[in-house]
Amino acid sequence: MNWLTNYVRPRIRALVERNKVEVPENLWNQCPACERMIFHRDLEANQRVCPHCNHHMRVGPGYRFRSLFGEDGYEPLAMPKAPVDPLKFRDLKRYTDRLKEAQTRTKAQDALEAAAGMLGEMPVVCAVMNFAFMGGSMGAAVGEGFVSAAREAIRRRAAFVAFTASGGARMQEGAVSLMQMARTTVAVQELREAGLPYIVVLTDPTTGGVTASFAMLGDIHIAEPGAVIGFAGTRVIEQTIREKLPEGFQRAEYLLEHGMVDMVVHRFELRNVLERVIGILLRSRVEYAEPESDPAPELAEEPAEPVTELREAADD
Amino acid sequence: MSVLLDFEKPIAELEGKVKELRLLMDGSDLDLAEEVQRLEARAAKLLSQTYAKLTPWQKTQVARHPDRPHFGDYVAALIADFTPLAGDRSFGEDTALMGGIGRFRGRSVMVLGHEKGRETEDRVRHNFGMARPEGYRKAVRLMRLAERFGLPVLSFIDTPGAHPGVRAEERGQAEAIARSIETCLDLRVPIIATVIGEGGSGGAIALATADRVLMLEHAIYSVISPEGCAAILWRNAEKAAEAAGALKLTAQDLLDLGLIDEIVPEPLGGAHRAGATTTARVGEAIARHLRELEERDGGELRAARRRKYLAMGSENAA
Repeated sequence: MNWLTNYVRPRIRALVERNKVEVPENLWNQCPACERMIFHRDLEANQRVCPHCNHHMRVGPGYRFRSLFGEDGYEPLAMPKAPVDPLKFRDLKRYTDRLKEAQTRTKAQDALEAAAGMLGEMPVVCAVMNFAFMGGSMGAAVGEGFVSAAREAIRRRAAFVAFTASGGARMQEGAVSLMQMARTTVAVQELREAGLPYIVVLTDPTTGGVTASFAMLGDIHIAEPGAVIGFAGTRVIEQTIREKLPEGFQRAEYLLEHGMVDMVVHRFELRNVLERVIGILLRSRVEYAEPESDPAPELAEEPAEPVTELREAADD
Repeated sequence: MSVLLDFEKPIAELEGKVKELRLLMDGSDLDLAEEVQRLEARAAKLLSQTYAKLTPWQKTQVARHPDRPHFGDYVAALIADFTPLAGDRSFGEDTALMGGIGRFRGRSVMVLGHEKGRETEDRVRHNFGMARPEGYRKAVRLMRLAERFGLPVLSFIDTPGAHPGVRAEERGQAEAIARSIETCLDLRVPIIATVIGEGGSGGAIALATADRVLMLEHAIYSVISPEGCAAILWRNAEKAAEAAGALKLTAQDLLDLGLIDEIVPEPLGGAHRAGATTTARVGEAIARHLRELEERDGGELRAARRRKYLAMGSENAA
């Protein structure tokens, strides 16, 4: 058996591994869900949704802004400065070092970015959390960013759309991060009092203190298919409670079934749904096209065609 | 003392010796008074020294001490005519989060708080103070009730955190907490929160977003338990003591960070040694703040509360 284990097996392994190396990482992506390979151009063309299994891959703020407003259709909002490292926190690494690493890797200041643009005829301010930045965790900077973006929406009389993706509060900021739950909630109340729609798009994953504050306080909750959304992490639940987790637990579809979100929307449809929803909420009356060609009152009340300007906007 | 913390053992040994000597003295003519006095003085000194410089991890243990006064003890000591109210009117009743109406020094109030329970059976019944969505929804209902009748809300925080479980998730644990925070921020009546033991993360802030947040001297208030933090950041739950220090979860830390308003001193050796003194001191502090808050208009109270939380973690305020 020595010959088999010492000679044959390594050679077979070498052959197999050589095949693996032949896949250049920059051209092919592996779907984390079905593990099949996807050519990068196909993946981009498919809005980073796996063409095989429909898995919605995580995307960052820049990607969201571009797909919502078009390549040059948005104005990034400057994020205000927030206190850095209020606790002087250190675990195996300094928090300031972790922050710098994340900033270098993501080229972002922190885990939330915001931009303003138009969705059809409607002004929209959009805040997007970046899971790649320390797990999208919420510290003072994310809280500050959320509050200032919401206030910018109020200033512009714009709808406010928040894309959430977060592991929860940022431990390294201790109770300061906990207070961001209350702080962001105040911003939601201000939006509400200003009479502006606040739409939450829950993306994979949204958990912990973010779910338990502004992410669950939207006027309308939209979730991306398959997104994990919940309060406690699955590991915590399994360990502390020793309960068996049901299939699809904490997935977007599960939340829909349990009444926590209004709809699960495929990424291909997201922009149109947002535009339609915000349009209905912000513009309480629109003139439908060709009203005099068919004067029948029952048809006038239930028009099949949406207004022209909205249709045009949706086509770009 | 039924439960002895590790660092209390030397104190307990001295106290034990004093007791023995006293017994000896009772049954004989031996004059040990001087020795007893000397040992008592030593025990008292050791106790005050130990409690004057508790580490954050030791404070965590004190904050979780089962003999500390619980919600029920505060209600018994401070609230007359207490009338518990139950249920969220949509799913069920949750005894991890208790509430009811009563009178605090003659003033009608709404009282809310986590109850951990004391004996094993009792602890299970109260789910160790870990509330489920129906608990937070009951809190929202009771806060709204309080607002309609102009009752100030007094909340007592003592929870390891919100219950992490399948059913709780199913019924929207996150949403329930978010609504509770939102309701706290919306009230036009005074709300005073007191962290009496453990202020565990979202489950705590759900009731602790208040005009005044008081904390007992050895209570803790944290975004995550030291054990949980150690398991994630140190990849080793045994580093909890280190994590407790890094998290800045003591009352003194939170006051320095400007996140709470006042520390209520505990009797020497911690609240678990003198429950009645502790509840009385908390009552005094609440009364003082309530007098001040009651003077103010509801809208103004609410606006000030929002300003207070908007400033937390803002560059301008820090």
